[in-house]
Amino acid sequence: MIAIIDYDTGNLCSVVNALGRLGAEYTVTSDPAVIRAAERVLLPGVGEARTAMARLRERGLAEVIPSLTQPVLGICIGLQLMCAHSEESDTPCMGIFANRVRKFPAGGLKVPHMGWNTIEGLSTPLFDGLTGGAYIYYVHSYAPEVNADTIATTTYGIPFSGAVARDNFFGTQFHPEKSGRTGELILQNFLKL
Amino acid sequence: MLAKRIIPCLDIKDGQTVKGINFLGLQNVGDPVELGRRYADEGADELVYLDISATLEGRKTFAQLVEKIAAGINIPFTVGGGIGSVEDAGLLLKAGADKVTVNSAAVRNPQLVSDIASRYGSQFIVVAIDAKTIDGRWVVTTHGGKRPTDKELFSWAREAEERGAGEILFTSMDHDGTKNGYPCDTFARLSEMLSIPIVASGGAGSVADIAEVLTVGRADAALAASIFHYGEIAIPDLKRQLAEQNINVRI
Repeated sequence: MIAIIDYDTGNLCSVVNALGRLGAEYTVTSDPAVIRAAERVLLPGVGEARTAMARLRERGLAEVIPSLTQPVLGICIGLQLMCAHSEESDTPCMGIFANRVRKFPAGGLKVPHMGWNTIEGLSTPLFDGLTGGAYIYYVHSYAPEVNADTIATTTYGIPFSGAVARDNFFGTQFHPEKSGRTGELILQNFLKL
Repeated sequence: MLAKRIIPCLDIKDGQTVKGINFLGLQNVGDPVELGRRYADEGADELVYLDISATLEGRKTFAQLVEKIAAGINIPFTVGGGIGSVEDAGLLLKAGADKVTVNSAAVRNPQLVSDIASRYGSQFIVVAIDAKTIDGRWVVTTHGGKRPTDKELFSWAREAEERGAGEILFTSMDHDGTKNGYPCDTFARLSEMLSIPIVASGGAGSVADIAEVLTVGRADAALAASIFHYGEIAIPDLKRQLAEQNINVRI
């Protein structure tokens, strides 16, 4: 069973639908006991970092998530909340990954970074079956910097972490649930971890 | 590198796809989910579903359809047609749409753009603008180009951006349906002026037209209906030819 964490940051249906298409069993929950007992955990979410972080704290999840030992995947803002800090509203985050989340620099580029871009320098079993240059779908204005936890890089003006990993924790800044067959493969790989 | 996007547009009436389709082996060409999935498999980067139902019953069918599309399609999709309020947009978000497009309702009530953007985020709202040249000036129109308004294309596009639109979908009513290509200088000016993506619609008759609007016109994406539906240009061929011209597309 996969626990999809519901912390009231809006629309979970694209992640729910993607798992449904893969035939995976899941439950949508904010209950720490259910999350701890799940085989895998997904932290999705859209919205603003400070508000989202506050909602995790209100539910006691900011302590629960870093203590999990099963595979955990954060997507988009879910990943950002697993990083050390976000420049969005100057928000301290859970610090599972050492990365800081920065706003794209102004000038020249359209922000949000929206659409299909490539991931390079892929490592970890999350990307089994894929090679650098694969296209995945992004919608975001903030991105985690590149550091030792980076397992995929994308360049949009500057290089940033398309995905990060440490121990049992994984995160993608892109949306695998909207990234066609490539995204399905990444989610399938996560289900096999 | 960020890819230029190719976006098929599907017109929906009473829950069914309208316009003829020449897809080999497609069981039900009227089924918007099956057709969308087929386009996604062929390499479409996004889909747009436009509800052209005239009746209340038809509109209800569309909302149910959006849920089925969201469950069945693995790429982003935008829905539009008759969205007149924040509540309309919210229902479509809940049903699983990635973006909504507003057109006439935003012209009548520009505050709608601000309200949807502040409630659901700029990434959720696309402002569609239909305009045509009248005495050398780009005039925003409604009702399929029939009714000119007091708005001018460039100032309205800028206002839409300032109000929080995440993208502009611009159709030249002088070019729509002609298959003679796009007004690329106008697209280039829009792209230069604005810092949000511009989607080019209406006028594509050939691969060269699409290549031109993505390069000279500096559009971020090209949307088309009939050239895909009637099988005049297949998406894999289109993308291959664009790539041969060094246009960055997802293949």
